Amino acid sequence: MKYIFDLHKTMLDNHLILVYEGEFNQEITKSVLAMAERNMDSSGEESSVKRKVFNVMVECLQNVVKHAEEVSNKHAAVFMVGKSDKEYIVISGNSISNENIDGLKGKIDQINALDKDGLKELYKSIIKNTEISDKGGAGLGFVDMARKSGKKLDYEFVELGDGSSFFCLRSSIERL
Amino acid sequence: MDILNLEGTEDTPKIMLDKGNGIFEISGRSLPEDSAEFYQPVLDWIDEYSKEANASTEFMFKLEYFNTASSKLILDVLSALEDIDGMTIIWYFHEDDEDMEEAGEEFSELVEIPFEFKTY
Repeated sequence: MKYIFDLHKTMLDNHLILVYEGEFNQEITKSVLAMAERNMDSSGEESSVKRKVFNVMVECLQNVVKHAEEVSNKHAAVFMVGKSDKEYIVISGNSISNENIDGLKGKIDQINALDKDGLKELYKSIIKNTEISDKGGAGLGFVDMARKSGKKLDYEFVELGDGSSFFCLRSSIERL
Repeated sequence: MDILNLEGTEDTPKIMLDKGNGIFEISGRSLPEDSAEFYQPVLDWIDEYSKEANASTEFMFKLEYFNTASSKLILDVLSALEDIDGMTIIWYFHEDDEDMEEAGEEFSELVEIPFEFKTY
């Protein structure tokens, strides 16, 4: 039973206040959001910080929901929220097919290379020209996460060896 | 013309479109699972309204939060309103919500409709 304590300690060491592993859908998204909101409310978090964290969480969760079905292996997806004195961290991890890595990397690197005004222009050019995909996305999620967090998006791909990789994405939102 | 009245939920906004009483309002939170499906009745209603619109229309957005998929549909709603004469958008934002203010400004730059900004 030591893994229980180990997991507990890992969460404490990484300042994680919420971890969800398993199936992702709209109902679960709403539950996870409600839990994180309650946590921020009970700690009396600034409303502007709360709104930004909420915003980044929604885009992150809905991204996972949209892409969760693409790869069928035992690694479904994980979502975590961390909180330290200076920032909130929103993390997701989900399996993606290796052939999608380059496209995803290119997209995030492009976003990370832009400053505030550049992100605004990118957002406006995408929203003008985009169509809602059959998965329900507008192609604006990462741009919005970068804009609202005001930070670069951290990412990593962990090779799973079956033609897929685990895509880890981490955004941080400064507390005032 | 029929009134379109949808109660708000935790992930969909309240919609009140009432030509007779001159109430045109989208308010609350918008992060539906399928934003295109959710906003279709709104777009259909506006399409009907455009054929027999009031002399002037104040269309109010009072959103607390919307996700990126909704932002695309909000732009579609605004584009549909753009062709109606006498249209004004009233864009409400919470007084300390700079992001919502900026979102309204960006929409106002994307369509040719006068925007009035108000805080709550």
